[in-house]
Amino acid sequence: MAQAGTLEIQHLSKSYAVKQGELAVLEDVTLHIAPGEFVSIVGTSGCGKSTLLRLIVGLEDQYQGQVLLDGQRIVGTSLQRGIVFQEHRLFPWLTVEGNIELGLLNAPGSPAQKREAVREHIALVGLQGFEKSYPHQLSGGMAQRVAIARALVSKPEILLLDEPFGALDAMTRAYLQQELHRVWQAERITMILVTHDVEEAVYLGDKVVVMEPRPGRVRRIVPVELAHPRARGEADFAAVKQKVLDEFSHDSASLAEAPLKADSGTSPQLPAALWQFAI
Amino acid sequence: MMPYFSKTRVDRDRHPVPPFLRGWVLPVVLVLLWWLAAHLHWSDSPLLVPPGKVWDTALQQVASGELVRALAASLRRDLIGLVIGVSAGLMFGIAFGLSRLFEKMIGPTFHTLKQISLFAWIPLLSVWFGLGDAAKVAFLSLAAFFPVVLNTFEGIRSVPGELIEAARVLKLTRRQWLTKLVLPAAAPSILAGIHLALVYAWLATLGAEYLLVSGQGIGNTMIDGRELFLMDLVIFGVIVVGLVGFALNWLAARIERRLLAWRGRSVAQF
Repeated sequence: MAQAGTLEIQHLSKSYAVKQGELAVLEDVTLHIAPGEFVSIVGTSGCGKSTLLRLIVGLEDQYQGQVLLDGQRIVGTSLQRGIVFQEHRLFPWLTVEGNIELGLLNAPGSPAQKREAVREHIALVGLQGFEKSYPHQLSGGMAQRVAIARALVSKPEILLLDEPFGALDAMTRAYLQQELHRVWQAERITMILVTHDVEEAVYLGDKVVVMEPRPGRVRRIVPVELAHPRARGEADFAAVKQKVLDEFSHDSASLAEAPLKADSGTSPQLPAALWQFAI
Repeated sequence: MMPYFSKTRVDRDRHPVPPFLRGWVLPVVLVLLWWLAAHLHWSDSPLLVPPGKVWDTALQQVASGELVRALAASLRRDLIGLVIGVSAGLMFGIAFGLSRLFEKMIGPTFHTLKQISLFAWIPLLSVWFGLGDAAKVAFLSLAAFFPVVLNTFEGIRSVPGELIEAARVLKLTRRQWLTKLVLPAAAPSILAGIHLALVYAWLATLGAEYLLVSGQGIGNTMIDGRELFLMDLVIFGVIVVGLVGFALNWLAARIERRLLAWRGRSVAQF
């Protein structure tokens, strides 16, 4: 069993230099993520959620604030922080086995142990029988499962998922959400999922972090206190989902409490109908 | 249930010529026309020799061992030139692709030199290496060198950024990054470059024999034929050259297909 990591994000800010000056992508993001927790991050395009993930995994640097994994400041990429992207990003010249082995190239262990770990993870994502297949022979859902296995095989403390099912059809998406849930229950490591699908966020997460754009900041954290497995059709599920969707309506009257950060006067008031684009 | 695909299959079976032989239809028709032209004396020129005579010459060349000697000499030069040109090209191309500094320093000179027509090198090469085998091999190496460098460079620079990020997350060392990501990703381009080198080198083998006339080879056979007005020898030479070129091309295509089986039917997706 991999050890679950504690993630502390303290006052994280990032901006890019553009022609007109500085574009603030993230502003003062503070999050505490407990070990073994599943956190969903939702937001519309441009709210910096992907940038947040890339900062945590170490693909981007130059930021203000702190990101601490188990109390240690993160530096660059690491096998302790795995990531699954929206595209599967498998190496086309390697088989399913070969691609998953990549995750263990620089991990400690004997070749026999590594072979066993690869076999274990192929079984974990349900791809027994496809060990010798090449990526071009796999469907999108299968390839994404290989990507998940590759990210998990080195037993990271935290797994980041950046809209992993965005490129798949609705049925495959629903199936893979179930699979991811099962994998999380089996591995019990910390997982952070970024998505624009509110239902996916509520189905999988222990809490839903709602982000808003321009500049990217945390609007609210909605706890999801529902038992597993979650039934999408139930009333309490719908209630939580509605609560998250309400955050996107930008209509203060429909919110029970004020957002964590008050809207600055400069951002324009968007019409209530815009919330539907959160899905 | 409509038999959706069966119609097509039936049509293909009814075609008079099976797929395997279709490539031969045109050459056979051309040879027949040629035989007809000679037989019916459509032209009085002494340059029109009947296919039968060419066949006789061919048999004589094979029997006397002339063909084997000439072909061996040409192919030996071709092979040496290829090995030199391709390996130098690979090293150069990889250095070009991986090092921006190298590209900036050597790039402008290289790109200027590559524009020079290959045959313009002959006077320079003959002054440096004489008229013998060394000059010919140098010429061949040049012909093989340029396509390999350009395609290798292209291949290395075209590694998808998404995969490079995946490699960063997987903490691949520099050496692993090269052997497991960059070179396999560049392999299609590199093999295309080597394929081109094979083609150009064989063309250059002939060119070298025409322009640096001393020595033995299949091109020299054709020159002798021309000087003695033995058109049958010339045509025989042309056919041999064509067949060798075809064989080299076929070999290169087979190797490419085998090494790049992972691509499937369409362009690789990451």
